[in-house]
Amino acid sequence: MTDHLLSLMTFFPLVGMLIVLFLPREADRLIKTVTLIVTIIVFLISLPLAFDDVFINSSAMQYTEFANWISIGQYFQMNYYVGIDGISLWLVLLTTFIMPIAILSTWHAVDKNTKGFMALALLLETGMLGAFISLDLFLFYVFWELMLVPMYFMIGIWGGKNRIYAAVKFFIFTAVGSLLMLVAIIYVYYYALQAGVPFENGFSIAHFYQLDIPAHLQTWLFVAFAFSFAIKVPMFPVHTWLPDAHTEAPTAGSVILAAILLKMGTYGYVRFAIPLFPVATMKFTPFLALLAVIGIIYGALVAMMQDDVKKLVAYSSVSHLGFVMLGIFAMNLQGLSGGMLQMINHGISTGALFLIVGFIYERRHTRLIVDFGGLSKVMPVFATIFMIVTFSSVGLPGTNGFVGEFLILVGAFESDLRIFTVFATIGVILAAVYMLWMFQRVMMGKVTNPKNAELKDLSAREVVIMLPLVLFIFWIGFYPNVFFEKMNPSLENLINQVKDKQHIAMMAEEMKPTVTQISVNDLR
Amino acid sequence: MENLVQIALQNVNVAAILPSLILTCFGMGLLLINVFLPRGTTRPAVWISLIGLVVTGFFVFTGWGNPQYGFNDAVAMDNYAAFFSITFLFAAGLTILMSDEYLTREGYPVSEYYPLILFTTAGAMWMASGTDMMTIFLGLEVLSISLYVLAGFFRGQVRSNEAGLKYFLLGAFSTGFLLYGIALIYGVTGSTKLTEIGIYLNAHGSLLENPMTLAGLVLLSIGFLFKIAAAPFHMWTPDVYEGAPTPITAFMSAGPKAAAFAAFLRIMEYCFFSLKPEWTAMLWVLAVLTMIVGNVIAISQTNIKRMLAYSSIAHAGYAMVGMVAANEIGYSGLLFYMLAYTFMNIGAFAVLVLAGKKGEDNLTLEGFSGFGFKRPFLGVAMTIFLFSLMGLPPTAGFAGKFYIFAGAIKAGYIWLAVIGVLNSAVSLYYYLRIMVYMYFRDPEEDYAWVTMPVTVMISIVIAIIGVFYLGIVPGKVMDLAKLAVF
Repeated sequence: MTDHLLSLMTFFPLVGMLIVLFLPREADRLIKTVTLIVTIIVFLISLPLAFDDVFINSSAMQYTEFANWISIGQYFQMNYYVGIDGISLWLVLLTTFIMPIAILSTWHAVDKNTKGFMALALLLETGMLGAFISLDLFLFYVFWELMLVPMYFMIGIWGGKNRIYAAVKFFIFTAVGSLLMLVAIIYVYYYALQAGVPFENGFSIAHFYQLDIPAHLQTWLFVAFAFSFAIKVPMFPVHTWLPDAHTEAPTAGSVILAAILLKMGTYGYVRFAIPLFPVATMKFTPFLALLAVIGIIYGALVAMMQDDVKKLVAYSSVSHLGFVMLGIFAMNLQGLSGGMLQMINHGISTGALFLIVGFIYERRHTRLIVDFGGLSKVMPVFATIFMIVTFSSVGLPGTNGFVGEFLILVGAFESDLRIFTVFATIGVILAAVYMLWMFQRVMMGKVTNPKNAELKDLSAREVVIMLPLVLFIFWIGFYPNVFFEKMNPSLENLINQVKDKQHIAMMAEEMKPTVTQISVNDLR
Repeated sequence: MENLVQIALQNVNVAAILPSLILTCFGMGLLLINVFLPRGTTRPAVWISLIGLVVTGFFVFTGWGNPQYGFNDAVAMDNYAAFFSITFLFAAGLTILMSDEYLTREGYPVSEYYPLILFTTAGAMWMASGTDMMTIFLGLEVLSISLYVLAGFFRGQVRSNEAGLKYFLLGAFSTGFLLYGIALIYGVTGSTKLTEIGIYLNAHGSLLENPMTLAGLVLLSIGFLFKIAAAPFHMWTPDVYEGAPTPITAFMSAGPKAAAFAAFLRIMEYCFFSLKPEWTAMLWVLAVLTMIVGNVIAISQTNIKRMLAYSSIAHAGYAMVGMVAANEIGYSGLLFYMLAYTFMNIGAFAVLVLAGKKGEDNLTLEGFSGFGFKRPFLGVAMTIFLFSLMGLPPTAGFAGKFYIFAGAIKAGYIWLAVIGVLNSAVSLYYYLRIMVYMYFRDPEEDYAWVTMPVTVMISIVIAIIGVFYLGIVPGKVMDLAKLAVF
């Protein structure tokens, strides 16, 4: 059972999808219930991972599974090779945790073509989980592309007014990046074969980590990988698909997009781009940190000016993920673990914010800030939860946001990125400004619009959706150690591995015995 | 005279032409049977021709790994020919399955249609197995003449007539180029046998710079580039593809195109291996041009048949990348891609056959509004084929492109691979547009619910299975493709 825990977890949603496809089209409630049960089962399957202490003691991959998938003569070997370590652990659990919540939020929000929506949601879950646990680059690429299709249809079919534009933009942006990554993947594969990595290992990243790729090649390969991930994160200036996609997507889509899909980009940096090409990483760190800081401040400023709550939250994502990127590129334990934690935090708090936007949209069918005001008197329970989530997003001490941002800033300050940290701190202040200002305009003051006077407070279902999120906001805020102790061994290992390679490269640079140049012709 | 006959008989090896011989016999027999059938009865022809394809396929399969040469080395039924033959047979089979209802709907239930497809397939098989310029030329002519008739099969429709005539005029012209090229090469080397030409050119290095050799190479290439619809010889494609009966368009884009690739690649590899740097450089430019022309012009199309015609040009460009790579992966990738393309493209056309109304004026983007909700199964099928054409995993299109671009990267053509994937990115836009209309728009008008004919459904299901089989577990077929290349 535990031998195949990861496969079971990853492909159970696919089984659920098949079940859903055979349910009658009209049985709306039945389809939703089945989907919810499937996602809860997936969560339960993944739950033992959270309590496994092996992650505290070991940085190695756990629960690995290996099988030959495609082998073609002496050309290619693609393996089904999966495993989980401290880096992917919490992202996998975040995924399985958010999915039931997202499904529950569709109870009244999705009413046309429920069957299609639920089938796509389950397919998406398989894609996301698969991407997080892949230890084979080819397998990762397959899951990575697999995620694209369901989200495209979710935005396009169930989205808002501008959905077609948003869906196509989302698809093309993401696909362009990944296509270039594909070329880089094939190139790395050939390089590895050339360098003597055994053929049977296929695209296994563990073996790719050990390669000594010459610096000038690393640069190009890093660019291809980093570009693809930067689009997904999204980093400034390729972030433009995000506000469109978020604004037009249905609530559940936005939640999944914000909570999990964006993490694919940052996870991609930690798992692939940085450890595969450490020397190039060193070269690009200032540039990427600059983009991250621009993203932090730009995202915050644009968020401040939004009159649509959902757009505001979308731009706040750009800002928050800028922090995550800054933490990752600090390349020390504080920064990296802060960045990893902030991924989880962003998933929880931004997911919660999108749910909140969904609640008021379902009631009033508008998301404009001016249409609201004084809601706290009409909806006290809602107001409390909204306030907690707002504080978490702002990063108030005691909530999860504070821990993450604080560590990121400390980490970045201690690294070479000190100057960037100064500017990033402005982002923290701006975040308080746009979030609290929005909260004030929506929730405080007098009820100016008579339509708002009769709004119902949260239903029991809605409270059930929000409670786990609120719980985690405080848990991570007060006792984040549970999370750190399991991710730190893997992160330390990663940092050592990267720093060693960077160190050797710098030594080589100083001594200047010409590093063997391997040109493309040698690969023939 | 008696001597000549003896020489000819000595070299007869029926096994080398057995599959295509069987197919031809089925075609001729079918023509005879048709005489005795009442007009408008086409069902028997469908089944007999399908049986013919299956029997032929059986003999191709049993001949695998056991190459047969014959007729003074004019024909070689080797693995290369066998792999391509399987591709042609699948193309022909899927086409025949989707044709019957279509012909009835459009008002031409004429059973001569089926023997013509069999003859085209036989011609394609000769092209793939020909090791003599003359055999290849004969195959090309048999294939082309049958196709001219098929393209203009709807006598009463102006568009179909235009397609047939245009294809005939331009096709005849390009055949002229090809023949001229053969003549020049014969003039230089004194032979029409591919291997002999290759050895002769290799042994006489000075001939490689001889303008007559180079002119011959270029003229030969033009003939084949026309058939595979590579830019700048693609002009006929959109009109012919749009005007021809839809199943024939599907067939043309898969079978005959693969046949042209088969002969082209064999000639290049057998005769001109000494000129490899020259012809790969030429094809590099043309591959890029073909991909760009196909993909960019496809963006502005609103007629789906026409859009798929341009997409087919672009796909010829991807396949040419495999030729440019000129290594084992590139070549076997090309073989694999042709088979993959057969499934995904013919599948897409089969959906169009079911989606179209008489006259097919509704096969536009607008006409596809809300199609995915009105006809859920066809919508999903079309979506699968489009994703495969885009090259998304886990479909056949992805696997094919992966091998071809991997071949290019291995050969050091990184930029060609980058241009290739960027072209795939461009293609996303127009393939997505079809899906946007199918799923993101509401239906404009109700069209009558058409009963789904079983035969067409079978061809769609086979195509879906093919797309996923080649996409998820491509190992087996790719191994065969590897054994098939030189």
